[in-house]
Amino acid sequence: MREFGYERAYDVSGAVALLGADPEARYLGGGTNLVDLMKTGVERPALLVDVTQLPLDGIEVTADGGLRVGATVTNSDLAAHPEVRLRYPALAQAVLAGASGQLRNMATVGGNLLQRTRCGYFTDRARPCNKRTPGSGCAALEGEHHNHAILGASAHCVATHPSDMAVALAAFDAVVTYETGDGPGELALADFYLPVGDTPHRETALPPGALITHITLPPAPVAAHSRYRKVRERASYAFAIGSVAAALDVRDGVVREVRLAYGAVASRPWRAHAAERALTGGPATAAAFAAAADAELAAAEPLSDNGYKVPLVRNLTVTLLTELTEEAAR
Amino acid sequence: MTTATGTTRATGAVGAAHTRLEGLAKVTGQARYAGEVPFAELAHGWIVVSTVARGRVRSVDDASVLKMPGVLSVLHHGNAPRLQEGFVGSFGPDPVAEILQRDRVPHIGWPVALVVAETSEQAREAAEALVVHYDTEAHDVGFSAEHSARYTPEASAMGPAVTEKGDLETQLAASDVVVDERYTTPEQHHNAMEPHAAMARWDNGRLEVVDSTQGTLATATDLANLFSLDPASVHVRSEHIGGGFGSKALARAHNVLAVMATTVIGRPVRVVLTRRQMFSLIGYRSPTAQRVRLGAGADGRLRAFDHDGVSLTSTLTEFVEASSAFGRAMYDAEAHRTANHVVPLDVPTPTFMRAPGEAPGSFALESAFDELAEKCGLDPIELRARNEPAVGPVTGLPFASNELLTCFREGARRFGWDSRDPRPGVRRDGRWLVGTGTAAATFPAGAAPSTSAVTAEADGTFTVRINAADVGTGARTALGQVAADGLGVPLERIRVRIGDSDLGQAWLSGGSMGTRSWAWAVMIAVDELRERLALGADIPPEGITVRSDSAEAIGALAEKERHSYGAQFAEVAVDTSTGEVRVRRMLGIFAAGTIVNPLTARSQFVGGMTWGLSMALHEEAIRDHASGALANGDLAGYHFAANADVPVIEADWVDDPDPDDPVGIKGIGEIGIVGAAAAIANAVWHATGVRHRDLPIRPDRVLGAATAPTGGSRA
Repeated sequence: MREFGYERAYDVSGAVALLGADPEARYLGGGTNLVDLMKTGVERPALLVDVTQLPLDGIEVTADGGLRVGATVTNSDLAAHPEVRLRYPALAQAVLAGASGQLRNMATVGGNLLQRTRCGYFTDRARPCNKRTPGSGCAALEGEHHNHAILGASAHCVATHPSDMAVALAAFDAVVTYETGDGPGELALADFYLPVGDTPHRETALPPGALITHITLPPAPVAAHSRYRKVRERASYAFAIGSVAAALDVRDGVVREVRLAYGAVASRPWRAHAAERALTGGPATAAAFAAAADAELAAAEPLSDNGYKVPLVRNLTVTLLTELTEEAAR
Repeated sequence: MTTATGTTRATGAVGAAHTRLEGLAKVTGQARYAGEVPFAELAHGWIVVSTVARGRVRSVDDASVLKMPGVLSVLHHGNAPRLQEGFVGSFGPDPVAEILQRDRVPHIGWPVALVVAETSEQAREAAEALVVHYDTEAHDVGFSAEHSARYTPEASAMGPAVTEKGDLETQLAASDVVVDERYTTPEQHHNAMEPHAAMARWDNGRLEVVDSTQGTLATATDLANLFSLDPASVHVRSEHIGGGFGSKALARAHNVLAVMATTVIGRPVRVVLTRRQMFSLIGYRSPTAQRVRLGAGADGRLRAFDHDGVSLTSTLTEFVEASSAFGRAMYDAEAHRTANHVVPLDVPTPTFMRAPGEAPGSFALESAFDELAEKCGLDPIELRARNEPAVGPVTGLPFASNELLTCFREGARRFGWDSRDPRPGVRRDGRWLVGTGTAAATFPAGAAPSTSAVTAEADGTFTVRINAADVGTGARTALGQVAADGLGVPLERIRVRIGDSDLGQAWLSGGSMGTRSWAWAVMIAVDELRERLALGADIPPEGITVRSDSAEAIGALAEKERHSYGAQFAEVAVDTSTGEVRVRRMLGIFAAGTIVNPLTARSQFVGGMTWGLSMALHEEAIRDHASGALANGDLAGYHFAANADVPVIEADWVDDPDPDDPVGIKGIGEIGIVGAAAAIANAVWHATGVRHRDLPIRPDRVLGAATAPTGGSRA
């Protein structure tokens, strides 16, 4: 293994200063993804700046009734927090659907957003991959891609984003706050992940050297009636092959507000705006839910071996919204 | 239960549950595995494997790497010590062991260099920096039953390639009911928890190797032959082994390269495989493509039986995954044919993996039997009862014992099979469709000649010496129990020494024959020792030692069909809207000889059944055709059943002591996996009404089947 420097930061400005704009330096949170990538040589940082001791491990209710989550809050603590469980249950469910208990105890909220794809070609340095080595090609297009993207991909990359947590955050319009040497900034989650295009190696809109400090969930009463459902190839400890975060406010059989986001279908958590538009103000019926999912998935461009994701996500959408409708009727 | 050896059961140790003798050492970390035994002056080797699937190594740029910190040596085909050409190993010609001998690259992940350094980290960093230039050639890794290179081999270690009697087409034409279906199983890997590791050093003219091996003598003999050494000058030890499953007995990259390196640098060298390297260097189970044709009368009695299996092998050597061998002793028919074929490709060489042949073969045949039962309108167990053979269908030999139907009856009673509604697709529990399935299991019961020495010590204790291997299954404990019973003393007075090639000739841990073969030799020695002690002589300070060799007794066994049997049951739940399949419970009832230690035996059965579940639903190595590499060659991508997938699994057995074995043992190592995947696939049919003939039963296949007549398209 390549030798690397290690520094521990105790305040945000110190962390940002330690990293500087060194492209060979990386922030180290729980290390559950970065360290694996260092073992396989995909990441070879010269310096790790440990941010786990920063005072960013709190979860607080904001003045307007939302939630502000520190970037170093562990996945376990996020999922267990009473306010999260009460007001954003799909977020707690999504976090608990990911990884294993041991990993969730280590993994941080900020790191979760920044984890890399698990595409096997990305992690095998002997294979071409535009995300790892720009311009080398995409081996997944004609190769093994049964768990690759059906939405928003390009001829340059069809990898998916692996996070469950981010799917729920996308449904709830989360905002990412970060710090740089030039001061703080923020990005709506909708703008946080960049389109794939011909630059799949550029994954987020974070400026160079930026450190995520917080994630803010705006107040959203509809989120209290939400669910996350993940399908994977074994009962636990596997990445999704399809997942749905759904929140529904239904009264008298009419959809007043709905939130839908899909996981494991794109290079980022996929907010299903088209489906939401199709549903809002309309009847809360299985047929309407299916039609809304179809409206969203009309843009799907499956590869030869991942077309099953279309009916999978469609079925999950119908199931979750039906369950939420039944729950509201009780 | 016993024969002329006249065993007593004075202590009742055999048949009583006993924790492993080395259990405390293992759970407290005191037990040392091959990669952990400390040695002074130890250097570390890191293997560099090919990144191309076919071609030749043009050059190895070792100059810059040799200047890296701590690097002691870089071995490659241009400078490595010469090995015996045309090497013949313990199981036949074995070119896989001829490492760094030539420039040819037969598959991706083939060893092309070894970097030796002061520390493991330095060796790894230098290995990753080493640039190897290749002349690449077009490769072919695409396995299919109809591949143009397919051929029918001569006999293999698994028996003849083809057996046939009667006129198949005539009998098929005369059948009232015919099942003619194709089944596939994917490439599967046995990645034992403990990676392959070996330390080698020269000690006063003798080569000492600490290895993780299922057979120290096989390893020592192979290394001696490879390096043209006097067999007596090679000493292999393997005290604890973290699983082998067929992958750990031969001369392979880790031990061959450790010996090469210590020979070159004159210091002890350790080589440990990485997980990723295990996916290309230790063998695996070939994918199979099978066709089963069954013809029966309306009463379900077979007239025609045809099982045809295709597997792959490497271009280096032939290994046959004899899937069609499963039915050779199971079912008879007027016309009976079994055949295995192989396709050589530019892939790593497959090898023995738990229940080779039986595991994939039972999936196809026991699925086909379920389909036949459905077509005949018969209960699957009744169908098997109607087809119980009187003698070996292929050999015509009598059965030593055949308790298959006893297993089914006991299993049916405990599983609640009699109240089963045979209709598929009619039981719903919330979002889940629920179903149950069953399948038969069998595995050959064999014994191989072994030697042992048992000493009555002056202090009243006993020492058993036999070159057995404890791969984690509790062999040491079981042999202690056997000796305790034979001697009529408590287990606490028995000391068991195993896992050392200096202990002499004994069968290795394989073929479900370990415990039986070793116990036989131990019993011969113990019986004689007990008789000598009965004469009342004083025990001298050096003790009284009796040596034994079971070759004569085993050679005198009458030729018979000798097998263990089992009945597998599974209940599954399937959500056809998501494709998820969950196994809710499994039950396996086995007839597998005398069970020496119920505690560890149950673990082996349950472990095998769990692996069968994993085979049914999860395991699949996916080969990337463009590169020839695995697309999921690590434990992040190669899914096996996780804890949440494994429900209540119950394993038990019926009384079935082998009448010709001194302890009644048959062997239990492999039968647990046999038939388990078929029971689950049959349960998925019962739940949903859809047959899944391609493993694993993935969510995309279940989803696809819900919307289309064929399964998922993924190759």
